Amino acid sequence: MSPVLSPAAITPEVVREHGLSPEEYEKIRQLLGREPTITELGIFSVMWSEHCSYKSSRVHLRRLPTRSRHVVQGPGENAGIIDIGDGWACAFKIESHNHPSFIEPFQGAATGVGGILRDIFTMGARPVAVMDSLRFGPITNRTGQSPVPTRSVPPQAEIHKNHSILEGVVSGIASYGNCFGVPNLGGETKFEDCYSRNPLVNAFALGLVRRENIYYAKASGEGNPVIYVGAKTGRDGIHGATMASEEFSETSEAKRPNVQVGDPFLEKLLLEACLEAMETGAVVGIQDMGAAGLTCSTCEMGARGHVGLEIELDRVPQRETGMSPYEIMLSESQERMLLVAAQGREQEVLRVFEKWGLDAVVVGRVINQDTMRVLQHGQVVAEIPNPALTDEAPVYARLMERWEPPVSRDMPEHIRLGEAEDLTPELHQLLASPNICSKRWVHEQYDSMVQVNTVEGPGGGDAGLIRVKGTKRALAMALDGNGRWCYLDPKLGAMHAVAESARNVACSGATPVAATNCLNFGNPEKPEIMWQFAQVIDGITRACEELEVPITGGNVSFYNETLGEAIYPTPVLGVVGILEDVDRAAWPHFREPGRSLLLLRGSEPGDLTDAQAEFGSSEYAQEVLGELWGFPPALELEKEAALQKCLAETIQAGVVESAHDVSEGGLAVTVAECCFRNGVGARLELAGNELPAECRLFGEDASQVVISCDQQQVRRIQQLAEKFGVAADLIGATIAGNLEIMVDGKTVVSAPVTELREAWATALERALHTETEERLVPAVIQKS
Amino acid sequence: MKFGVLVFPGSNCDHDAYWVVSQVAQQPVTLLWHESQELENCDAIIVPGGFAYGDYLRTGAIARFAPVMDAVCKFAKSGGLVIGICNGFQILCESGLLPGALMRNVGLKYVCKPVQVRVENTDTPFTNSCRQGEVLTIPIGHMDGNYFCDQPTLEALKRDQRIVFRYCSSQGEITREANPNGSLENIAGICSEGRNVLGMMPHPERASERELGGTDGVKVFHSMVAALALR
Repeated sequence: MSPVLSPAAITPEVVREHGLSPEEYEKIRQLLGREPTITELGIFSVMWSEHCSYKSSRVHLRRLPTRSRHVVQGPGENAGIIDIGDGWACAFKIESHNHPSFIEPFQGAATGVGGILRDIFTMGARPVAVMDSLRFGPITNRTGQSPVPTRSVPPQAEIHKNHSILEGVVSGIASYGNCFGVPNLGGETKFEDCYSRNPLVNAFALGLVRRENIYYAKASGEGNPVIYVGAKTGRDGIHGATMASEEFSETSEAKRPNVQVGDPFLEKLLLEACLEAMETGAVVGIQDMGAAGLTCSTCEMGARGHVGLEIELDRVPQRETGMSPYEIMLSESQERMLLVAAQGREQEVLRVFEKWGLDAVVVGRVINQDTMRVLQHGQVVAEIPNPALTDEAPVYARLMERWEPPVSRDMPEHIRLGEAEDLTPELHQLLASPNICSKRWVHEQYDSMVQVNTVEGPGGGDAGLIRVKGTKRALAMALDGNGRWCYLDPKLGAMHAVAESARNVACSGATPVAATNCLNFGNPEKPEIMWQFAQVIDGITRACEELEVPITGGNVSFYNETLGEAIYPTPVLGVVGILEDVDRAAWPHFREPGRSLLLLRGSEPGDLTDAQAEFGSSEYAQEVLGELWGFPPALELEKEAALQKCLAETIQAGVVESAHDVSEGGLAVTVAECCFRNGVGARLELAGNELPAECRLFGEDASQVVISCDQQQVRRIQQLAEKFGVAADLIGATIAGNLEIMVDGKTVVSAPVTELREAWATALERALHTETEERLVPAVIQKS
Repeated sequence: MKFGVLVFPGSNCDHDAYWVVSQVAQQPVTLLWHESQELENCDAIIVPGGFAYGDYLRTGAIARFAPVMDAVCKFAKSGGLVIGICNGFQILCESGLLPGALMRNVGLKYVCKPVQVRVENTDTPFTNSCRQGEVLTIPIGHMDGNYFCDQPTLEALKRDQRIVFRYCSSQGEITREANPNGSLENIAGICSEGRNVLGMMPHPERASERELGGTDGVKVFHSMVAALALR
């Protein structure tokens, strides 16, 4: 991109720098019937960017299921909305901020949170929870025990860089969300080589709104005033959307000025002022200025209402002098909104913003023409039919080509399983691995309790849980994705992402009802990437249909490539569920010794060949063996659905003391995690099923949940499970203090829970070499 | 008996305090805008947590100049009950209603988690429902909670038993490990000479309802209600 922000004349070079192909430029000329002005070229370039237009993904996204009796608003608005009963609705969405977070981790992540929060309160909903799905490159140089590891040792400099990206992203999220005053309920933090130069920062937010108070980003009513509110417009973030639609190269660092700077204090004021302005009843429509700023809100609000917006740039509050129309229209300065008020009632709106000390200026009016018209000093600087920017934007059915990951589908010959007598060291190692260890270091930096609704915060349950004040209900939410599985099999991996996040929600006792997705991929112009994308959409579609969680919105992030190297295809699913009675919430933690342990299992375990092939996609293969092979675990969606229904019924029957799903690290890790909070141990007696003990302990078979219950309830739970066709095998009991696992009568794991917990709880800090608080507390403390 | 909760631009625990006073302590309560000149006959004032004025310059540094703070200072000087929670504590220190200052946590990071505090003095309007030495579990959530004051002030605080809460272990021991932010002598809360003004970093409103995991914090609000009833 040119350092000159307002080029003087349009040349083929300038067109290219705007990310537009010669064909696209020709289409612009045809749509306008003339050459565009430079401001118009800028407007087309952002509106037609992949980020705003979804030009590569749109043909595929149409396949996603988007309806159910709960869905009030599906994709196409700022956020999806579902009905949760008692007159309440909830708006939620997930969005990526990957590219800015790599270039400037703190501000990139902070403004990611800011953007998704605005999407929620634009709809009239007060944000009540956020979560994040984060993916980074490796933060340790461990490569497993393999003599011929698939992973190469990452250079120390890269590990340091990954540390600083992680630190920056987490503190950026913390600084924004904490000041804004929304609880962060966690999410996921994962590490994998492919995210080293392409971290993923996907921010999720959820808000509550009364059904009758929902607002839409739609303008209407000729002559109605258009009001600009919030922060002043500066030169920051120009071409952010275009930047998000390109691969990274060595020169990407130079794009730091394209990253916006956030001010959470201003956003908090904007929230309160917008909700208060909406209460006056004088607001007709409202949209935030996110990607593509004033351009996007001006044309989209008009387009949705089949009217036009005419704005005069001289009236736009500006932070700097001498800004050109090009710069004003393309600025991505944060914390701004555009709203349409009812004519004659603008003073009511302006008064609210004045009370909160915010700029609010009438910058234009609604016109009876489906056109966006931009003036400066009374002269038209851009006049574009809205459909040209929205409906007429290019849509590509890009070339697809079946692709095979360059890995063996069978277990490599040098791998020996089933020979070790004691697997305790391996369990230790897994519990301390970056993907499995406690993420306390991350989430203690987030305010997880503000608003006094948090029933289950981060690091506790499988899902975050907040109560809905004034009702008995609670909302559960979980984020999940597994890039490695999608790399091995995009469709099956995507089905797992839906199944796992829905299962996490179900483990809290809630019924999953809807989902949002964030689709992170490489360059869509490469046929194999496009094939991965199409496969993932197919997988999400199937799983969402089977599990009855329609997609209500989300976001696609392409071009996650650096120097031609793409990330794993990484769909992240956010599932929201409704828990009718908050007192019936379930937790993963064992409560006391002497309880029975049951393994609820949807599918039958596979045979030796299957188990070995699937074991290659596990955390054990990655972390302990340093290898990757095979396939993701098999998944039968009907059985998964049955398992989740069974779980809901047993939890609601009040017979379950704890529930935790089997995921990364397999059954052994799952049970260990259940032990940690209350220091209650467990003894498992497993049948070997003629499989190596490693597969029994650390295999990541789908559709499994460990529950604990009173001995008296075992029969009842088994009867309930039978009704759903779900197996409920008694696998052991809780005991005091130790975790012991036996396979076919032989002890393979035996360790005090405190020891395992220590390994799990402190691993992330140790990896990051952070100073422990103890060392930093000054010696002024005296015993008193 | 009426409670008033201050609302500064950037306050974000104002509604939480309002909720707990109205729904849990079941007392009349009103929100007081930062520009108001008077306290609408409130009998107790809550300076809530959050990021008043974005915490720009320094936590509480701008909030102390808010018009409503003049009224709060007058109210406090005439013996009115004032509790500052988290950012509220910082504001009360900046206003001179409480001595000392709250510096950046020693870990240099925001910390949000439940902690234990020991009740050091039950002879205050904020702790009269607690037992001496009782260990309460109440969450913290702050970046600047590292209490500091000079030696003479510390001596005075100790002499007059104005240290109300100290961070402690679950057994009630005052240890270095139990100190989440590096506070001088594990101080988590102090009161004014007249004992009518309290500042504390932990959030009692976040530990006031069973379904949110604990009710130790509600004792602070119940104590205030009891103290006001005696007036």
